[in-house]
Amino acid sequence: MPDATGLELIAQRVRDELGDDAVVGTAYYRDQATLEASPARVHDVLAFIKNHPEEPFEFLSSLHGCDYLPDAPRLGVHYELLSMTRAERLRVKTRVGVDEAHVPTVTDLWPGANFQEREVWDMFGVEFGDHPDHRRILMPEDYEGHPQRRDFPIGGEPVIFTFNENEMPRWYE
Amino acid sequence: MEVTRQKLDNLRIQQVTAQRMLKGDVPDEELEQYVEERLLFTTLEKAQNWARANAVWPATFGLACCAIEMISVIGSPRNDLARFGAEVSRASPRQADMLILSGRVSIKMAPVIRRLYDQMLEPKWVISMGACASSAGMFNNYALVAGADRFLPIDVYIPGCPPRPEALMYGIIKLQKKILDQPDLGWRERYKAQGTEERA
Amino acid sequence: MSSQEGKNPLAVPYREREQSITMESLGNGQGEGQAPVYGTELERDSELFTINIGPHHPATHGVLRLLVTLEGEYVHELTPLIGYVHTGIEKSCEDQSYWKVIPFVERMDYLSYYFNAMAFCTAVERLLELEVPERAQYLRVIHMELNRISSHLFWMATSILDFGAISFLWWGIRDREMTLDLFEMSSGQRMHPRYFQVGGVMEDIPPGWEQKCREFLARMPSRIDQYEAVLDKNEIFLHRTRNVGVVSKERLLALGVTGPLLRAAGHPWDLRKAMPYSSYEHFDFKVPVGTVGDHYDRYQVRIAEMRESLKIIEQALDGLPEGRYITDNRKIALPPRHELATSMEALIHHFKLVTEGFRVPPGEAYSAVESPRGELGCFVVADGSAKPARVHMRDPSFVNLQSLKDMSEGTLIADLIASVAMLDPILGGIDR
Repeated sequence: MPDATGLELIAQRVRDELGDDAVVGTAYYRDQATLEASPARVHDVLAFIKNHPEEPFEFLSSLHGCDYLPDAPRLGVHYELLSMTRAERLRVKTRVGVDEAHVPTVTDLWPGANFQEREVWDMFGVEFGDHPDHRRILMPEDYEGHPQRRDFPIGGEPVIFTFNENEMPRWYE
Repeated sequence: MEVTRQKLDNLRIQQVTAQRMLKGDVPDEELEQYVEERLLFTTLEKAQNWARANAVWPATFGLACCAIEMISVIGSPRNDLARFGAEVSRASPRQADMLILSGRVSIKMAPVIRRLYDQMLEPKWVISMGACASSAGMFNNYALVAGADRFLPIDVYIPGCPPRPEALMYGIIKLQKKILDQPDLGWRERYKAQGTEERA
Repeated sequence: MSSQEGKNPLAVPYREREQSITMESLGNGQGEGQAPVYGTELERDSELFTINIGPHHPATHGVLRLLVTLEGEYVHELTPLIGYVHTGIEKSCEDQSYWKVIPFVERMDYLSYYFNAMAFCTAVERLLELEVPERAQYLRVIHMELNRISSHLFWMATSILDFGAISFLWWGIRDREMTLDLFEMSSGQRMHPRYFQVGGVMEDIPPGWEQKCREFLARMPSRIDQYEAVLDKNEIFLHRTRNVGVVSKERLLALGVTGPLLRAAGHPWDLRKAMPYSSYEHFDFKVPVGTVGDHYDRYQVRIAEMRESLKIIEQALDGLPEGRYITDNRKIALPPRHELATSMEALIHHFKLVTEGFRVPPGEAYSAVESPRGELGCFVVADGSAKPARVHMRDPSFVNLQSLKDMSEGTLIADLIASVAMLDPILGGIDR
């Protein structure tokens, strides 16, 4: 992993190249480096980090979302990057709110982000502009709601014990 | 002449009838009925059920982890299902007798399973293998149908997560006993589900 | 291709597309079990014919649905549709305490259950900055490598069955039963044994386990030799796999593919060697790498990986250190039963751990292991309570499935079946 100073170096490089508004913050926790980018510029940040001449992170390990309720902005999209030549990982994340959940797509940089961005849309409702196939992937396509948000109920059916078996509605009623 | 099937498990009735026959007190029609019941229908039905029970062909239908244990039963030399009559597992539901629902039934898959079940020909049976197919299992959430018995009539439930191959074999043997005892009338009569036919 | 105005099957609305699997009749005289509506429309319009493979199909790879547009026998376009076994595991995990998450997460990629648990446990251990004792690390390595062998055997059993060699189904499952016996002996359950815990393993291996494991290690190499003797120079197998399904390693890297698929294409990336975890650096083993990247290389890579796993297990058994099998941090791992009778703190710890669970300070961590299918990662967000705020499993099959389009577009449909087999998809992991 890039250590704390390495992370700051990367962040400074990104700020120099793309302006101060691209990087929102950095975090170094338990030997893992996280770079937080602003949602509108995240595509440029990732392209810069991917194609950097000296320290590129050319492999996208994972693209996933997270709901940070009750923190705002609520929805986060995480990009786990890996450099195979130096065996280092870097996490880039952006946070968007529920109302303006638009993040540029990275399928032009990594075609493997296709399914993963569809999953983030399906589960969290983050729209990825210009995604070639913006459909639900795991739930039925006409499903309403985004299940993995924290305020979506977990669903399922109530468990019937002897103390509540007379009050619980059965499925055949 | 209508012959009804009687459960002559009352020993007293059998004894009295036998005594009357020896005395010659049984009239002709009753004697004929007695003979027909025993020789023709009862034996034929039992033979038919015995044949059906010992040649139940499962449809290859595996959903999730329980499918691995099911393949372990169908395909393994250690726990071999063919010795119980399930010689081949047919891929096409039209040729299969039994559907072993092995694995979690999600809401997207439920209409597909129902479609498969409707394509199977009578007589057909369903075994719900594992906890996820019988109830929701441990996944009591938005994505699963809590138990396949919400849309399918199920004959045998096998608990376990996943059930051991021996447990699946025990379930299949129980199903065979059920077929032997209960002559098959088609699942709508068996489960009193008249009125569930599709609209034409 | 003749006319490009053939309708894109995905342009049809969802419910109408799924109409072959609803209860209503199609209205135009077609009954149950007929071809889907869009297939016949396309046939009239152009030369392209769309068929639907799955979700129920004779190949034993799970409920994968493929919409294949064919031109004669050649695959023109392919769209995988997934989600038929989506179980909401990640959402359910947010509702459970950390050690209760382990059974949920194990059932995700249901052939490599130890790897799922390992990814989650290492992520939580990283958040807690917990040190795992060395005996536990070695036991974890042994079980993971046994699981790798059993997963590859099952892959071999079902995939070579797809090629038509039906005996491999019996042979692969017969040998897999030996590993399942070992798992049952160490933890009590054949599949999904909840053996890996945060901080170590649940229980030490019983006496006699090591001997049985060595018996297995003695028997396996000759069995692998027998499988190779049947397939390596078999003309049918060579025709079906040589130079079929070649995807360049740059394309695979862009798609995010890892594991035997990437190694068969010539890129030697293995997390066990590159970023070692759980004392893999103590063992001497090789990583098989292919050259061309066709199906034959993928098959060879997996068979060779089985042999290397046998070597790792032997070295681990020889060097198994004495010590604890789980961390002695009583706030995280349960105290041994005999202490509950004598020590009050042990009782309180046990009570707190069982009812509430241990708390993890807030933070995020991502940790990856090398599963039989590729990089299996786990991302855990902790918020200070006893339940995780987010658990995401980065499943290798989910990302590897995107390479199916590249492998099979432009090839024959028989090669499509071979590609699905060699891709080794596990739908539980894809759909989670």
